[in-house]
Amino acid sequence: MDFGLTADQQMLADSAREFLAAESPATTVRRISEDAHAFSPELFRAMVEQGWTGLLVPEQHGGLGLGMLDAAVLLTELGRSLTPAPILSSAVLATGLLCSAGSAAQKKQWLPKLATGEVIATVAWLEEGDRLDPGGVLLKPRRARSGLRLSGSKLFVMDAEIAHLLLVAVRTGAGSGEAGVSLLLVPRDTPGIAVTPLPSIDVTRRVYEVKFDDVVLGPDALLGREGTAWKHLARLLDSACVAIAAESQGGSERALHMAVEYAKVREQFGRVIGSFQAIKHIAAECFSEIEPSRSLLWYAAWAQQGSPRDASRAAAMAKARLSDVYSRTTNRAVQIHGGIGFTWEHDIHFWFKRARCNEAAFGNPAWHRERVALLSGW
Amino acid sequence: MTAGAGGGDTSDMDLTHSAEDEAFRRELKAWLRKHLPRRSRYVDGGDDFSYDDPRRVTAARAWQHTLYQAGYVAIGWPTEFGGRGASIVRQTILSEELIRNRAPSLIGGMGLQMVGPTLIRHGTPAQQQEHLPKILVADEIWCQGYSEPGSGSDLASLRTRAEIDGDFFIVNGQKVWTSAAQLADWMFCLVRTDPSAPKHKGISYILIDMKTPGITVRPLRQMTGEPGFSEVFFNDVRVPRTNLVGKLNEGWNVANSTLQFERNMLASTTRTQQRMNDLVALTQRRTKNGVKATRDPAVRQRMADVLIRTEAMKYHALKQLSDEIHGRPPGIGASINKLVTTELNHDICAVALEVLGSYGQLRRDAPHVEDKGSWPKDHMFTLGLVIGGGTSQIQKNIISERGLGLPKGS
Repeated sequence: MDFGLTADQQMLADSAREFLAAESPATTVRRISEDAHAFSPELFRAMVEQGWTGLLVPEQHGGLGLGMLDAAVLLTELGRSLTPAPILSSAVLATGLLCSAGSAAQKKQWLPKLATGEVIATVAWLEEGDRLDPGGVLLKPRRARSGLRLSGSKLFVMDAEIAHLLLVAVRTGAGSGEAGVSLLLVPRDTPGIAVTPLPSIDVTRRVYEVKFDDVVLGPDALLGREGTAWKHLARLLDSACVAIAAESQGGSERALHMAVEYAKVREQFGRVIGSFQAIKHIAAECFSEIEPSRSLLWYAAWAQQGSPRDASRAAAMAKARLSDVYSRTTNRAVQIHGGIGFTWEHDIHFWFKRARCNEAAFGNPAWHRERVALLSGW
Repeated sequence: MTAGAGGGDTSDMDLTHSAEDEAFRRELKAWLRKHLPRRSRYVDGGDDFSYDDPRRVTAARAWQHTLYQAGYVAIGWPTEFGGRGASIVRQTILSEELIRNRAPSLIGGMGLQMVGPTLIRHGTPAQQQEHLPKILVADEIWCQGYSEPGSGSDLASLRTRAEIDGDFFIVNGQKVWTSAAQLADWMFCLVRTDPSAPKHKGISYILIDMKTPGITVRPLRQMTGEPGFSEVFFNDVRVPRTNLVGKLNEGWNVANSTLQFERNMLASTTRTQQRMNDLVALTQRRTKNGVKATRDPAVRQRMADVLIRTEAMKYHALKQLSDEIHGRPPGIGASINKLVTTELNHDICAVALEVLGSYGQLRRDAPHVEDKGSWPKDHMFTLGLVIGGGTSQIQKNIISERGLGLPKGS
C-alpha cells in the first residue's frame, strides 16, 4: 500500500515549483499575458529543457514516457503559477491524442518534434453547439479527387495562433453517433486557415476560432483510421478532465495561500483580519475541501493507466469536484482581499478567472455529475 | 533534463495491501461469517445503537468478549497490554470489515479507543493492570466526563473541582452530554485541581468509579427520541489520589492525546461509504413522481455530489494511511476528517430524505416505514456527530490556526 507520489514524482513537483517560482512570478505572468498571443518563446524553451514537452512522449520517440499522474503533478504546479505556456494544449492534450490515435508513421513523424518543442500542436474539437458528445462533431470535409476539402469552423481552440499543427475532430461518416468521427492532422499554415482570437476573461490562456475556407488536405491528413476517432476523443476527454482538475488543485492552493498571507498582515478594527473567525472559518472551509481533493485528483490521474475500468468515472469525479472547489476558493480568496481584490492591479483576479474558465472547460460540474451517475450504473 | 528523467521508475502508486495483510482479512471475514451474531431486537449493527434495555447490554458485552477471544479487539495495542501490536494497516482492515459486515458496535468502544490508549501512554502500572484487561472484554464500560453546562466548546473553562483531602480527591460539580453514563462502570474525567492557575494549567485527568457514593446520573433524552447521554452530578465524591492519570494539573495535555482518537473515531470513511451504498440501494428501489427515483435529474445530481465527496474522503484516508505507514508527517488530518466526514454523513442522510419524500418523516414503528426509519433518525444522529467531539466551528478554528497559521482570536 502506497497511495502517494513516487520519489521521482515528488522531485518533479518540487523542481517544477521551484522553476516556476523563479521564472514565472506573478509579474511575469502579467507581462506574458499582455503579449498578443500570451506566449514567451524564451520561457517555453526553458520548459522544453526541463523536459516538460516530452513528459508524455514515449522514450522511443525521444520523450520521458511518463503517465497522467506525472502530467497532473506538473499541471498542478502550472495551475499554481498560472504561467501561460502551451503545456496543457500541446504537451499534454495534443501529444496524448497523437499517442493514442496516430499511426506508427505519424507518431514517428510528429512526437519527436513535440518532445523537443520544435512543434506546438493543439486540439480543435468544439463547435458552435459547445458539445462534448459525438453529436457535437458536425464539421464535415468534402471528398475531393486528391483527398479532402474542409470548410467551417472550430471554437475555443487553445493556443491556435502559436500552434504549428492542428488536430481537428471532423465527421467523415453519416449520422451523428460515435461511428463516423475522424481526426485530421492539419498544419496551421495550410492555405485557407484563419485564426481569430476569442477574447476571454482569462488573459493567461488564449482561445481562438479556427476558420477553414476550402482547405485542401491530402489523404495522409487522417490521424489514425477513418471513422474510428471517437474512442480517442473519449480518452482525451478523460485526460483533459484530470489535467484541468490538476491545474485547479494548484490554483486553489495558491489562491488560498495568497488570501491567508494577506489576512495575516491586513489590519482592521485594530487587529489582523486573520484573527477574526469570519475570515478563519472560510479559510478553513477552503482548506478542508482542497486537501481531500488532492487525493481524489491523484487517484483519478493514476487510474488513467493504473485502473482503466474506473478511469472515466474517476476523471469525471475529479473534474466535477475540483471545478467546484476552485471556483469557491477563488471567490472566497477575492472576498478575503476585500476592495484591493477587486482591482486589476492586484493579482488574485487572474486565479478567479482561470477558475471560471476551468469550470466550463471540458464539461461543467453538473455535466460531470450526470456522467458519474451514468458510469455508476444509476 | 531534470525532473523525472529516470522515466523507468516503477515504484508506482500501489492501492493493494500485502498478501499477508489480505490473508488476515480473509481469516477475519471467514471468522465473521461464522460468529457474527444474528440481528435481533437486542443485537443491532450500526454506530448509534441505544443500550436502553439490559438485555442489549448483556448481548453487547458477550459480542465484545467473543471478538476478544478470537483476537480481534484492540489489535493495535502492544502485546504486553493484551493487544497484538498489529500494524495500522491491520487495524484499518479490522475496522473496515467490522463495519462492512455490519457487526454490532463495541459497547466498550470508549474504553478501547480513548481511555485505554491514554492509560497505555500516561497511566501507572497499577492503573494499567487494574483497567486494561477489563476494558478489553467490556467488563468495564467507560464514559467520558468532559463537557459541563458552562463548558462546551470552551472545554478548558470547566468548573467541576477536585480538592485534595489526604489520599483522596473530593469531587463536586456537574458533567453533561455524557454518553453511556447510565451504563458505565467508570468515568475518565477532567476536573479543576488548581482554580488559581490559568484555565488550561489547573486541570487534572482522573478515573472515577461510577458506583462511588455521591454520584447521580440523570439520563437525557436525545433529539432522536432515544436515551444516549446523561447529566452526571458529583456531590462530595471521594476518589483515591491513585486514580490520577499523568501529573497533577497536567490533565489538559493528557486529554488532548485522546481527542485525536475521538475525532478519527467519529470520522470513519468506511462507515461513510456504507451509508452512501445504502443511499444508492434506497434510491434504486424507490420511485419519485411516478418514475424510478434514480431517473430524477435533481436526485442524480445530489447523489453524485455526495458520492464524489465520499470517494474523495476514501482516497484521502488511503493517503493518510500511506503517510503513516511510510513515516510521512501527518499534518492537520484528524480535524479535517472530523469536520468533513460528519457534515458529509449528515448530507447523505439529507439526500435520502429527499428521495423518501413524505415517507422521510416516518419513525421506526410507523406503517409504510422504509429502512426501519433509520434515515430520519440518522439525519438527526449525524447532526449530533457534527457537534460532539468538538463542533465544526471548533474544528475550523483548529484548522485555521494549526493548518494555515492564522492567529488565535481574542
